[in-house]
Amino acid sequence: MTLRELLSEIATPDRQADRVVPPSGHTAWLTGFTAGTMAFLAVFALALSLAAGRLADRWGEALERTATIRISAPEEQMELQTQAVLDLLAATPGVASARALTDAEEHALLEPWFGSDLPLDTLPIPRLIELQEEGQGYDAQGLRQRLAAEAPGAILDDHLRWRQPLATAASRLRLLGTVSILLILASTAAMITLAANASLAANAQVIGVLRLVGARDIYIARAFVRRFTLRALAGAAAGTAAGLVAVMLLPSADAAGGVLTGLGFQGAGWLLPFLLPPVAAVTAFLATRAAAFRKLKELT
Amino acid sequence: MIAFDNVAYSYGGGELLSEVSLRLTPGSFHFLTGPSGSGKSTFLKLCYGELLPTVGTVTIFDREVHSLDRDEVARMRRRIGVVHQDCRFLDHLPLATNVTLPLTVTGRESNMQDLSDLMAWVGLSQLADALPPSLSGGERQRAAVARAIITSPDLLLADEPTGNLDWEMSLRLLKLLVELNRMGTTILVATHDLNLIRSAKQQVAARVLRISHRRIQLAGADL
Repeated sequence: MTLRELLSEIATPDRQADRVVPPSGHTAWLTGFTAGTMAFLAVFALALSLAAGRLADRWGEALERTATIRISAPEEQMELQTQAVLDLLAATPGVASARALTDAEEHALLEPWFGSDLPLDTLPIPRLIELQEEGQGYDAQGLRQRLAAEAPGAILDDHLRWRQPLATAASRLRLLGTVSILLILASTAAMITLAANASLAANAQVIGVLRLVGARDIYIARAFVRRFTLRALAGAAAGTAAGLVAVMLLPSADAAGGVLTGLGFQGAGWLLPFLLPPVAAVTAFLATRAAAFRKLKELT
Repeated sequence: MIAFDNVAYSYGGGELLSEVSLRLTPGSFHFLTGPSGSGKSTFLKLCYGELLPTVGTVTIFDREVHSLDRDEVARMRRRIGVVHQDCRFLDHLPLATNVTLPLTVTGRESNMQDLSDLMAWVGLSQLADALPPSLSGGERQRAAVARAIITSPDLLLADEPTGNLDWEMSLRLLKLLVELNRMGTTILVATHDLNLIRSAKQQVAARVLRISHRRIQLAGADL
């Protein structure tokens, strides 16, 4: 079946065909409610998936192009080794810039852990040098060897050990969101199939009469399929709208909130939930169509 | 039109019909008679493909029913008008809509004048908007006849069509069947009403088939 035929089957009302199937109360309610609930959950799954993707990108960008050199040396050698490292970095291909963090910056880094009244002067705090990569980046192995020779107290941290688990966690979260959406769609299909089967079974007598007077399966199926598809579309639209309102009511993202407050849509991402109602309708269409033809063979 | 070749039909381990071989030629008029439970309805259902023979072959409009897919069965039924004993209506739709159902399912428009004439002829003009559950047995039966003939079928199968009708209405229905037959429609009526059969034989060259002991025989002229 082509997309045009599919759309035509849903959109073109055949009032006579629609009328031959009596209105079915509980299956109508069940289909709309199921589609609505699933769409509501799918909005959150989508938001989770997109937020995980953004988080992975943010962490990746923040950590991927930077590295830190930590210098632990006796106080009298600290300035000497710091300068040696900076000179070395200035001559290293792939390093765009390098600078030593000031005492105030190091104080700010430690403040969340030790409080604001930390007497930095009395503690043997290592000196941190932040470097930015450029182009293809630097040769980490070669840089480590040269640091060992020029400044024995300097250790290169290329953030790999931080970046790897974070990237893995973020990609798993994104996968979880995608799997959730697929499961929600499968559950929607299963629930709508059950409702369609119940409706078809309840209308066995109607189907028998229609077959008796020469109705083809496609004619009978169309009346059921169109009805279920439109119910799923309406239910999913309502569920999506409710889900979007709920996401809008979530706290806005900030640095302190981390993952939780970043759960939402940004920019063009707000358009993606609007795909859910048509996807639910197509799912309902395919599920009901398959159920209808299967059930019609059983019943007549 | 319809050919049965050594047909048997079994259900639930018991054989309802055995060794049935006969032909209904186009334009013929047949009655099918026999005691209750003898298999008259089963035979009619075999004639329009609602049941398939367990042994032998049934050929309808030159097509063997076993070879027909579901769409072909539907198309075949559009050439057959069926009057069921229990009438079988869509209870949520008005009577007129039920009567025009064979046209509706094939996408054909019903001619309002023809429908009006037909409803008047079966005496149901005033009940066109009534729902089937509100009708009497006789009214339902007349409506079922109207539905069966609205498409001018090639073959009309009727299962006890006068079971709930008074004698006057039965004769009127018979007159309609005879007229249809004269216009070329092949008619097969299952009935146990011997008076109806005698009356028909005065108007048309009707033949009588009798089911006895699971077999169908041509009945004698002594009916």
